[in-house]
Amino acid sequence: MEYLLLLHASENGWSQLTPEQQQQGVAAYTAYTEALKQAGIYKGSNRLASVSDATTVRLANGKTQVLDGPYADLKEQLAGYYLIDVADLDSAISWASRCPGASHGTIEVRPIYQYSRS
Amino acid sequence: MSTAHELVEMVARRSYGKLVALIAARTRDVSGAEDALADAFAIALAEWPASGLPANPEAWLLTVARRRSINVERHRQRGEAVADELQRLLPESPPSGIPDERLALLFACAHPAIDSSIRAPLMLQAVLGLDAARIASAFLVSPAAMSQRLVRAKSKIREAGIPFRIPEPEELPARVGAVLDAIYAAFAESWLDPNSSDGGLRDLTSEAIFLARVAADLLPEEAEALGLLALMLYSEARHPARRNGRGEYVPLDEQNASLWNREMIQEAEALLWRASKLSTVGRYQLEAALQSAHVSRLLSGNENWEAILSLYDALFALTGSPVVALNRAVTLARLHGPAIALAAVDEIASGSPLEQYQPYWAARADLLAKAERYAEAHHAYELAIGLERDPAVREFLQRKQQFSAKNAENSSVLGTDRE
Repeated sequence: MEYLLLLHASENGWSQLTPEQQQQGVAAYTAYTEALKQAGIYKGSNRLASVSDATTVRLANGKTQVLDGPYADLKEQLAGYYLIDVADLDSAISWASRCPGASHGTIEVRPIYQYSRS
Repeated sequence: MSTAHELVEMVARRSYGKLVALIAARTRDVSGAEDALADAFAIALAEWPASGLPANPEAWLLTVARRRSINVERHRQRGEAVADELQRLLPESPPSGIPDERLALLFACAHPAIDSSIRAPLMLQAVLGLDAARIASAFLVSPAAMSQRLVRAKSKIREAGIPFRIPEPEELPARVGAVLDAIYAAFAESWLDPNSSDGGLRDLTSEAIFLARVAADLLPEEAEALGLLALMLYSEARHPARRNGRGEYVPLDEQNASLWNREMIQEAEALLWRASKLSTVGRYQLEAALQSAHVSRLLSGNENWEAILSLYDALFALTGSPVVALNRAVTLARLHGPAIALAAVDEIASGSPLEQYQPYWAARADLLAKAERYAEAHHAYELAIGLERDPAVREFLQRKQQFSAKNAENSSVLGTDRE
C-alpha cells in the first residue's frame, strides 16, 4: 500500500539552527532517502519552500480569491513529504519513526486513497 | 499521611496484576476483570476520602470488583447458574492475604493460541494496567490497531477457553520460554545487541523489568527466568552512561563506568550465579553472561575477547540468529582484524533479514573503515544513519562517517605523496 508521510515542522526551529546543524540535518534526510531506496519502497519525495512563499487560491461566491500565505497559520508547517510503498500501516509507522523529521517535528502517516476497481 | 488518591495509585501499581489475575482466573474474562477493577478503583476514589482508608485496600478492591463482575455476569447468563457463581466468587469473608495468580495470567497471555506479536502488549495491559495508546507507541503501532488487537486477544482467551493455570512439567519449559520471550519483547523491541545502539527511545523498560521480576520471583527454579532478569538489569545498569552531558550517544566501550548502577550489576551477577546452579543453559543466561563479560572487560581492562567469542558461538548454536552471528563477527575483528570479520559478515548477510537492521550497517561500516575501504564505508554509514530512529545515535553515526571521510582524505594524500 502507498502511504504519504507528511512532514510538519516549525520553520522557525530550522532557521535557528547553526549552518553546521542544518548541514547535518540535510545529511540525515539524504541518508534516510537512501535507506528507503535501498529497501525498495521509495516512490518519491520533495522538500517544500517556506510557507512565506505560499499563495492560497479558492473560489468564494463565484469569485476567485487569491491570498498571500498558507491555507492555515499554524505553529508547524508542512515542510515536505515522502511517498512510500509498503505492506501495511505497521511498516509505514516503522519507517516514519526513522524519518529525521520525527525528532524535530511531526510525521503524519496517510494512506493513499484506494479507488476500488469496478 | 497519604491521601486516598495516592493510596489508590500505590495499590494500582503494586496489585493491579494480582487483582486482574485473581478475578480473571475464574471467569477467563480479562477485559471483564479489567472493567470491574476500573470500576472498583473509581468507587474507591469516591468513597475512601469520606469513609477513611480500609485496613486492607486490596481485599476491599477485590470484593467490590468481584461484585461488579458478578453483576456483569448476571446480565450475560441469567438463570440458576448465577447463584452458584455467586457462591463460588464471593468468599464468606474477604481474604486477608491475596493469593498471587499472576503467573497463571502470564501463562494465559503467552499461550501458544495467542498470536506471538500480541503477547507482550497483552501482559503489559493485563498485569500492569498500561493503556493501549502507551503500549502502541512503544511497539510502533497505531493506538486504534493496538486496542483492536488487545480486544481480539482477550476475547480469544475467553472464547477459546485458554486456561489460567501453571502448565504441566513436561510442557513447562516451552511455555516458560514463551512467557520470557514476551517479557523480553516488551523490554527490547529494538534492543538486540550489547555492542550497538542500546538505549534511547525505549519507554517501557521499567515496566518490563517489573514483569521479569514477577516471573523470576514466581519461577525461582527456572534458570532462564533468572537469566532474563539478569540480562535486563545489566542493560538497565548502564542506562545513565549512555548519554554524555551534551546528550550525545556514548557507545559501550567509551562509557564512564562510574555512572553504571553497581547495585543492579551486583544483583544481576547474583542472579546469573543462581541460574548457573540450576544447570540448564539457555539463551537469556548466555546473553546475560555476555553482558557480564563486557562489564568485567571494561571494569578490569582485561581483554577477554576469546571468552566473549565462545559465548557467541554457544548462543549462535542455540538460536541461529543472524544478529548473534553479526555480533560474533564483530568480536572476530577484535581478535583477528577487520578482513576476516568482513568475510564473516558477508556470509551472514546474504539472504538474511539484516538488510534493514541499523546495527548491521553500522558494524559493517566500522569494519570497512578499519579495512580502509572508505567509499564502501561511507555508503554503509549512510544506510545506518537512514535506518536509525534515535537522533542521538544518528548524530553519533554521522560523526563516525565524517571521521572516516577525513581518514580517507588523509590516506589519499599519503597515497599521492608516495607515487
